[in-house]
Amino acid sequence: MEIPGTELLKSKIFTEKIVKSINRIIKDLNTPIKIMHVCGTHEHTISKYGLRSLLPKELEVLSGPGCPVCVCPAADIDKAIELGKRDDTIITTFGDMIRVPATNISLAELKAKGGDIRIVYSPHDAVKIAKENSDKEVIFFAIGFETTVPLIGYEIQSKPPSNFSVICAHKLIPAALELLISQSQLKIDGFISPGHVSTIIGLKPFKLFSDAYRVPNVIAGFEPNDVLVAILMLLKQKKEKRYETLNEYSRVVKPEGNKKAQEIISNVFESISSPWRGIGRILDGGLKIKEEYVEYDADKKFDIDIEKSQDIPPGCSCHLVMIGKLYPYECKLFRKECTPISPIGPCMVSMEGTCSIYFKYYKEDYPK
Amino acid sequence: MSMKKESSSVIRLAHGAGGVLQEELINFIIKDIAIKKISNGIGVEELDDGATIPLKDYNQEIVITTDGHTVYPIFFPGGDIGSLSVCGTVNDLLMMGAEPIAITSVIIIEEGFKLETLEKIIHSFNLKAKEANIAIIAGDTKVMPNGSLNEIIMATTGIGIKDKQIKILDNGLKIGDKIIITGSIGDHGTALMASREGLNISTDLKSDLGFLLEINNILEFEIENNYIHAMKDPTRGGIAGSLNNWAKKSNVGIYIEEEKIPIKKQVKAISDMLGLDPYNIASEGRALLSVDPQFADVILKKIKSTQIGKGAEIIGEVKSKNPKQVFLKTIVGGTRFIDMPLGELIPRIC
Repeated sequence: MEIPGTELLKSKIFTEKIVKSINRIIKDLNTPIKIMHVCGTHEHTISKYGLRSLLPKELEVLSGPGCPVCVCPAADIDKAIELGKRDDTIITTFGDMIRVPATNISLAELKAKGGDIRIVYSPHDAVKIAKENSDKEVIFFAIGFETTVPLIGYEIQSKPPSNFSVICAHKLIPAALELLISQSQLKIDGFISPGHVSTIIGLKPFKLFSDAYRVPNVIAGFEPNDVLVAILMLLKQKKEKRYETLNEYSRVVKPEGNKKAQEIISNVFESISSPWRGIGRILDGGLKIKEEYVEYDADKKFDIDIEKSQDIPPGCSCHLVMIGKLYPYECKLFRKECTPISPIGPCMVSMEGTCSIYFKYYKEDYPK
Repeated sequence: MSMKKESSSVIRLAHGAGGVLQEELINFIIKDIAIKKISNGIGVEELDDGATIPLKDYNQEIVITTDGHTVYPIFFPGGDIGSLSVCGTVNDLLMMGAEPIAITSVIIIEEGFKLETLEKIIHSFNLKAKEANIAIIAGDTKVMPNGSLNEIIMATTGIGIKDKQIKILDNGLKIGDKIIITGSIGDHGTALMASREGLNISTDLKSDLGFLLEINNILEFEIENNYIHAMKDPTRGGIAGSLNNWAKKSNVGIYIEEEKIPIKKQVKAISDMLGLDPYNIASEGRALLSVDPQFADVILKKIKSTQIGKGAEIIGEVKSKNPKQVFLKTIVGGTRFIDMPLGELIPRIC
């Protein structure tokens, strides 16, 4: 199969060719097909380029739990908020995170009330802030999948100042994929897996699942024709009854991944069973900081007690949207009480959240 | 929800970002104004670029607009708060089809601000006004204690004159109109973002800050004959904001093509990197025009012949289908919706 070169990634002529092939196979298969991706960036590409408007009706492309901001449990945000209320703290995190409503308020609201909450573009900036503010406790609220983990791991193993610590809310993608595959009622015919996660962890963790559950998987890049080619690669497997993990994003992803990044991850973190917002506890679904670096673990450093947290507010359907059971517009709150201005559920907050993407790119004739 | 109550009780930065929240804030502020317009004139409720004061026994009317400037950093690639104040205000007058004649200005300065810096700002303010042949006829100055304001804020009121029969308004779009943009989009907002501290992006990108005077001058005939149905400078909220504004006020559907929208490589790259939508990013020297399709090609040619408009393109058209909405045909041929920006967090761009 032809993997698109860079000049083809946004070529309309190439798009037309792929769509023709997709249509042909769908016709041959003669049955409704459900494909799921698990990455907010993929949903963004699909929606931004209007790809669903090009696909046949019989083919559904569902959005899975692919937004790290969305799957971060309210209890972890509550922790950051509690710490942020103290006079001697600076909370640092990535942009979208500060707007996510937790049990009561969001970090953005705490900021508006005078909390020192700062958006950083990399964990290194957070360490810099710690160095510049030695009289303050600087806490980095670390979220993200395998892609962001090595960055924060690198900072931790480089021994940052002692007034720096981390709330570790990292999540791991393959475990979530397994959970989705095992939910038999979803009946997914194939998965599109995130290329940037594979860049770090390689193909092997994904292969395990396509082999075990006999569901085809394609690691895909993020340009429009990447996604369309990935869909075509999945459909071909379906037609030929093959169940492999294939690499559409070979221009970036090496089969073995990034060894150096993997080393950093295993040096600093260990996998744990971890709660995903709206989905529940996933075995090996998250990371914690190893004993060796415990001085940087905000959980251990500060005595924070979150008594009761609420992941999914009443009426919100984020937990169903995140596993592809519901389209955002099927939620009663969508575009009514819940908008990106005053989001009720986490999926409406982040630019990578399914509800927020649907809010921005779809109006009438919601594509199925 | 308790969260919603809490979040709506304070003003957030997004209330000033040219999106839906800003609309809410403006409506909140103007709702109890007793007299909202001069009879037969355009008033505050229209939320257009400016207002008009019709003079009873004359064929002309006064056009007035007012603008606050909080740009940060105050010196940016391609301009500063002084030149921005003049351009922004004058462009608003031009977008109503008026001839700008004078401005007044308010300067609020933080205690401790360097005289030398102020001198530079005033100099570029004066220079720009001279360039557009505009009188600076009144002003006010205040100084505020250190820390109660960040450096400097300027507010400018612009006064212009136009013939009463010229109607270039946000609600003027007609079915079949062609939509023209006079140059590449998003340069100003992107250049500012890139020059902000902490981002460390080196780029030769400059703000597109400039007068749209040339455009109005070269289109004098078309403006007088009402071949141009609407004009707008896509500042805060970018072209997404302006087009949605038009679609709503004119009750039409606007269809644009991604392929035809001029955008610089750097703008694309930086906005991609920062996760910003270039359609939501401000320009300060561009205009959108909705024009009679019969004259669209001639108008485009004329605009292209000017210095500021040489990058102009026809980017779409106005249809009756799906009124109040804006659609985009993407580069790969898919169709999607372009929403009114909600208030992207790029504060202090103008």
